[in-house]
Amino acid sequence: MTNLTAIIANMPQRPIRVLIAKPGLDGHDRGAKVLARGLRDEGFEVVYTGLRQTPEMVVSAALQEDVDVVGLSILSGAHMTLLPRIVAGLRAEGLDDVLVTAGGIIPDDDIPALTEAGVNRIFGPGTTIRQVADYIRENVARREDG
Amino acid sequence: MTEAEPGGPDPARTRGEDLAERTRGGERRALARLLTEVEDRSRAAESALRILYPLAGAAHLVGVTGAPGAGKSTLVAALVGEARKAGRAVAVLAIDPSSPITGGAILGDRVRMQAYAGDSDVFIRSMASRGHVGGLATSTVAAAAVLDAAGFPLVFIETVGTGQSEVEVAAIADTTLVVQAPEMGDEVQAIKAGLLEVADIVVVNKADRPGADRAASHLRSMLTVGAQHDRAMCDRPRPKRPEVLLASGATGQGIPEVLASLDRHEAKRRAAGSGEGADGTRLARAEAQVWGILSERLRGRVREPERATETEAILRAVADHELDPYAAADRLLEAFTRR
Repeated sequence: MTNLTAIIANMPQRPIRVLIAKPGLDGHDRGAKVLARGLRDEGFEVVYTGLRQTPEMVVSAALQEDVDVVGLSILSGAHMTLLPRIVAGLRAEGLDDVLVTAGGIIPDDDIPALTEAGVNRIFGPGTTIRQVADYIRENVARREDG
Repeated sequence: MTEAEPGGPDPARTRGEDLAERTRGGERRALARLLTEVEDRSRAAESALRILYPLAGAAHLVGVTGAPGAGKSTLVAALVGEARKAGRAVAVLAIDPSSPITGGAILGDRVRMQAYAGDSDVFIRSMASRGHVGGLATSTVAAAAVLDAAGFPLVFIETVGTGQSEVEVAAIADTTLVVQAPEMGDEVQAIKAGLLEVADIVVVNKADRPGADRAASHLRSMLTVGAQHDRAMCDRPRPKRPEVLLASGATGQGIPEVLASLDRHEAKRRAAGSGEGADGTRLARAEAQVWGILSERLRGRVREPERATETEAILRAVADHELDPYAAADRLLEAFTRR
């Protein structure tokens, strides 16, 4: 039986806000859209900015939207240039508690350098949406309530 | 929600006041964080709004509404560009629907508005409707007041893609712009009650598409006639007589004219002042806000722990059809006055 008192007492929690962006020049965003849709179904508020984003656009969107997570999809091979620039831009704006994740086609050999640059997690091909959602829920910085 | 220690400073209140000050100082990160607090309807947001609300009221709030796919985001992006040419700072609140099932949302309006990254005089914020129906989110009015107080003289409020009757935006915007696409209906659609009735300006978007001229002239003939009839019905609420403009957000055609029309409408509202005979939009907005907060406060008190058992019993009695919902509401109201 539903405990009505518990429902009344517990206001719904703030949804986690995620920015999904595709930096760089690749013109294929089906994967990013599928992920955005999947995260929506996981209860996240997903800000989708679409293709061909410069690092400045990603940083500006993350700042204005006050997201908890920035998810970057990249297939073009430019990840070693773009991802560190985005992380640096976020930190320069004081967005220190934003979780940065990336997915797409990123060779395993590049992961240590990207982690060093401040990317929190790289998701390779075959990752399920549930895995991404669980990772976000476990690692997102919980803000003080009030 | 953490309550303040007796005698100690209230951290939520301090945070809200700090965010309000930094927002006024032009700090975009603080503005973004404050909008999150406003969306969460937190106590920090409440204390921030106590500071910021008296500083707001100067901005022109423009509601942009229309069916999904009519081109609202593209049109707003073009209008932002036009306003920037004149050096005006612009903010946009873009609302998209939340899933009624999971609470999640896809906020996709930025896709059309990404040209302004790096321009600190443009601020775009996406909001999920979070269960609110009518085309807006519960906190949209408060968010607009924050942007207003932050010094944006022009604020666009883009609703979720609406059907025929989501007219709520008209109650909170100074000017309501309804976006229509060509081939969206005949003259009968134009005379139906609802969305088109609340328009101050109708834009037939995608003017580069076939049929746009015809759509605009249909709308004009049906919406702008009847001035004589207006005079005859002076004792009844009169319908608006919106200007109908052709434009294309994608090509830029007609955009300067749309912005000029928005400015004319705002100038007229300002000239009318706030006294008798003035346009009642701002009063309606005030009413909507205060009633909203009042009902939220009432619900909050019903949820208070010392009341929860009684509330639950009353709700359960309604669920079991032992009590009717009107009597239940009266009983809950009585409980407040008892205390």
